[in-house]
Amino acid sequence: MTRPGREDGPPVTTPEATLRAQLARRAQRWREAAARLARLEQREPLGVETAADLLDDYRRVAADLAIARRLDPASRTREELEALYARLHGELYRPALRPLHLLRVMLRDELPEAVARLRWHLVFATLLFVVTAIAAAWLIGNNPALARLFASNEMITTVERGKLWTEGLFYIVPGSVLSLQILTNNIIVNLLAYCAGFLFGLGTFYVVGLNGLMLGGVFAFTAANGLGGKLFEFVVAHGIVEIACLCVAGAAGAAVGESLVRPGLATRREAFAQATRDTLPVMCAVVLLLVGCGFIEGFVSPNPDVPLAARLVIGVGYFLFMIALLQGWVFGRSRGGRLAD
Amino acid sequence: MSAGAAELSVDSATGVAVRLELVGPGGRCVAFLIDWHIRVMLALCWYVGAALTHNLAEGRSGIAAPLEPGASWFLGVLLPTGGLYLLYHPVLELLLRGRTPGKRLTRVRVATRSGATPTTGALLIRNLFRLIDGLPVLYGVGLIATMMTREHVRIGDLAAGTVLVYERKPVLPGATALPDIDPEHAALARELLARWPGLDAPARAALADRLLEAARVPGAAALADTERLAALRVLAGTAAA
Repeated sequence: MTRPGREDGPPVTTPEATLRAQLARRAQRWREAAARLARLEQREPLGVETAADLLDDYRRVAADLAIARRLDPASRTREELEALYARLHGELYRPALRPLHLLRVMLRDELPEAVARLRWHLVFATLLFVVTAIAAAWLIGNNPALARLFASNEMITTVERGKLWTEGLFYIVPGSVLSLQILTNNIIVNLLAYCAGFLFGLGTFYVVGLNGLMLGGVFAFTAANGLGGKLFEFVVAHGIVEIACLCVAGAAGAAVGESLVRPGLATRREAFAQATRDTLPVMCAVVLLLVGCGFIEGFVSPNPDVPLAARLVIGVGYFLFMIALLQGWVFGRSRGGRLAD
Repeated sequence: MSAGAAELSVDSATGVAVRLELVGPGGRCVAFLIDWHIRVMLALCWYVGAALTHNLAEGRSGIAAPLEPGASWFLGVLLPTGGLYLLYHPVLELLLRGRTPGKRLTRVRVATRSGATPTTGALLIRNLFRLIDGLPVLYGVGLIATMMTREHVRIGDLAAGTVLVYERKPVLPGATALPDIDPEHAALARELLARWPGLDAPARAALADRLLEAARVPGAAALADTERLAALRVLAGTAAA
């Protein structure tokens, strides 16, 4: 506010009036900042000078906004500056979009580190799967009628007739269709096993345990009907990695659950977000591996012309590839953990 | 970082907090419903177009599935239809940096809890947890979570460390008849506005006209009382032009 001074002196200006005057002079600068921001938001290539101007805009708008909040908290000027400042903040703190680089860093560096952190979870998930599979096999061995818990009536009837339900599948359903159906289903089951870790890990244990029970039960039931060898022959090419993937997804889900049960020094919310960030590379690898499993299960496993030896080679070879992928070796990480490049 | 009833205040390097207005369950539902309609339309359009083409190529008409559908039906009709429906959110959020057409229309976006644009990983996690948020039906778990949490977030947002915030383009003073306001005029306008209720009508009109003429407001001499007051507020910087 400007007040008249002494008769012949200059007018007296209060700090508030100076600040208001400063704000009033800034309008043009804000418009320029908004124009630069719009160019950035539209992904126009900006030069170094414009980028430096944007950083300067951010600081100046922050200063002007602080003044506007103090002097005119209810004004439109303050509201518009809030909007401009928030957008500038969002854009300046936007991570660079380099998908191929991110993917490589994730698979080469972050993935092996995440797997190393999950080693005890992996042991636990694998044990859970194995124990439930053995329990189911024992149950079915003692009481074959319980097979109805794990298999449909149609499956049971087919097996009791001395045939596997997978026989003839190759000539009925095209391999491509079968592959896509299988890989979609497998990916959903594994993602569910992971996400269900949100229920303090219990959901993950349920999914892993249930799958262990089903595998053990079905194997015991087919073995009791003299078809164990045939089922092994069908499963071995894709099954090794498929089961390993479920155990890895279960380990990641268990880690997510543990973050909620034992968050440590962080809050549960922070620990939960950190655990999902840490385990995301593992789940990306699992999804990639399951795509391969789907194609093997669609084209190789039901094909009666593929001999057992070839199936074993494919199954074991794919499992070795899985280990190499999880260790980062496929993307140039050396055995000691150092980067090859 | 602190959160009020519907606002997230984020500390920034400048020392001036960034204030983000959080989207509540209602705003989320509106954005989701718009997106849902778009993706259903997209999926339906693909299905109808691809099914007609497929059936025509096989000498049939209509859009019904063949009695014995082959690989071409599955790969050309069903798979893309399912893909459009299921991958709509993850793909668009990744490409549009936390926005989808529905979010754009309702002027909301996904942001990290520090106000930044989310990383690819965060957007992937956010969409991955739709498996849980979508349970048991119609995003029941997600909806309850948005109602129960202070920042109105679903499980996917909790996992990814994201929030949904309103965003709008700033309408800055610019399209105005007063392109360059003299700070002295602005200060005088504020002083006159402060004294406005205590002045009689002819006196305040005379003072206002002198000031608006000095500030070179077009047509200042012919303004009605309400227009005069509005022009003074603009000059004072307490109203948008």
